[in-house]
Amino acid sequence: MSDWGADWTRAAFAPNSNPSFADLLKDAQPHAVPTVQGTGGQTSQAPQLPQATTILALTYADGVVMAGDRRATEGYQIADRYIVKVFPADNYSAVAIAGAAGPAIDMVRLFQTELEHYEKVEGETLSLEGKANKLAQMIKQNFPMAMQGLVVVPLFAGFDVRKATGRIFRYDAVGGRYEDSSYHATGSGGKDARSALRTSWYKGLPRDRAITAAVEALTVASEEDVATGGPDLARGIFPVVATVTGDGYEELGDDALRPVVAEVIEKVAHTGEGTPV
Amino acid sequence: MSPMPYYVSPEQLMKDRADFARKGIARGRSIIGIECAEGIMLVAENLSSTLHKISELYDRVAFCAVGKYNEFENLRIAGVRLADMRGFVYGREDVTAKSIANAYAQALGTIFTQEMKPYEVELLVAQLGESQANDELYHILYDGSVTDEQGFVAMGGHADQLTALLTENYREGVTFDDALRLGMEALTAADPSRTITADNLEVAVLDRKKARRAFRRVPDADVARVLGG
Repeated sequence: MSDWGADWTRAAFAPNSNPSFADLLKDAQPHAVPTVQGTGGQTSQAPQLPQATTILALTYADGVVMAGDRRATEGYQIADRYIVKVFPADNYSAVAIAGAAGPAIDMVRLFQTELEHYEKVEGETLSLEGKANKLAQMIKQNFPMAMQGLVVVPLFAGFDVRKATGRIFRYDAVGGRYEDSSYHATGSGGKDARSALRTSWYKGLPRDRAITAAVEALTVASEEDVATGGPDLARGIFPVVATVTGDGYEELGDDALRPVVAEVIEKVAHTGEGTPV
Repeated sequence: MSPMPYYVSPEQLMKDRADFARKGIARGRSIIGIECAEGIMLVAENLSSTLHKISELYDRVAFCAVGKYNEFENLRIAGVRLADMRGFVYGREDVTAKSIANAYAQALGTIFTQEMKPYEVELLVAQLGESQANDELYHILYDGSVTDEQGFVAMGGHADQLTALLTENYREGVTFDDALRLGMEALTAADPSRTITADNLEVAVLDRKKARRAFRRVPDADVARVLGG
């Protein structure tokens, strides 16, 4: 009982109709809120921390595909070869992270709890729009950290149950929210991934084409950007690819991805600058 | 002679408060929780399809209550808050029915002795185990007393009759369908003056098959199918 602490119990039992978990945490356990206090406008050099790199999302016939490579970097070092940057936010939405990996993963965890908390307290889920706005507010709260170089730039996508369509939201470092109806990629290799998606995306893309387009865009990005990790058939390192449709969030297994990755590598090796002169 | 008209002995005071709470609870409809092979089944008589008596607290923890709606709704939200805070600050598996039940007991105990009137509620906090042997049912009364029950719990207006009926008919390892039929039979037998149909039952289950969030509401159609078949 003792570790529940009187403050927790008081906060939990206090009459309060706010269904936000983040606000509750701020009252009851301020030190557990994932944010680092700013040093008062001082632009000190941020410590070198793992950075999550390329992520993307695209809409297709049944919903959205979201994908991310598996590399995290620390300056010129590879910090992690297996990092996961794509997460289910709840049953009908997904969030992917780029930027400072630690704070971004914390933000995702708080965001997941926020959505689940709202759902349990209110007895119904937030609208997709509501979830996207909530995430924007959380990025805004991260602003002091962004000023110190710990920028978190997530990508949010989900299936809008009321409109029966997939939607994508991207954000800037201060919490500006923009909707994309087609595709978006961000992170260090985002520009290259977007160029690849520009040629492969069209409205109403079927599922298999959408998954191939996602893997191809990440592979192309990894050819151009050192911070993006390409798929590695020898080690069995594949990008994380998930779909969100009316049936919910689903992550593709390695067995489903292996043939797609093999096909994409084959294709990329024989196009563009893949072949030596 | 100067009598002390306002003196009430502590015994009398507690008894009056307990009687008051018990009367309030006895007016309400009943709830049954039964451990079964597929999970923990919770069934309530509830005429509303949107104001719930049964809800999810956490991955493997559910809550149900009888009595005054505004009072147990406050307690339910407090439980969700406690569970989510603990799960966020520590880890998901650190959220247990026992600690939530303890917090409820403390809160109800304090309200019972210190507030103008006690809460007219009775709560059940259930935690799903890997198997039925590890299931936990905590029954919390209006005055903060807690009991750890085995197999089943009945609360509300006809708790005594329901408990007697269930004690006679409950068998460990009962299937979900049989548990639901048993619950329905008990609710019907406890008060023959009312007819209960599938659409005024609220049924939910902590489902052993579900991976993370085990709580699932059972739609009226499925309830009707089980009870009809």
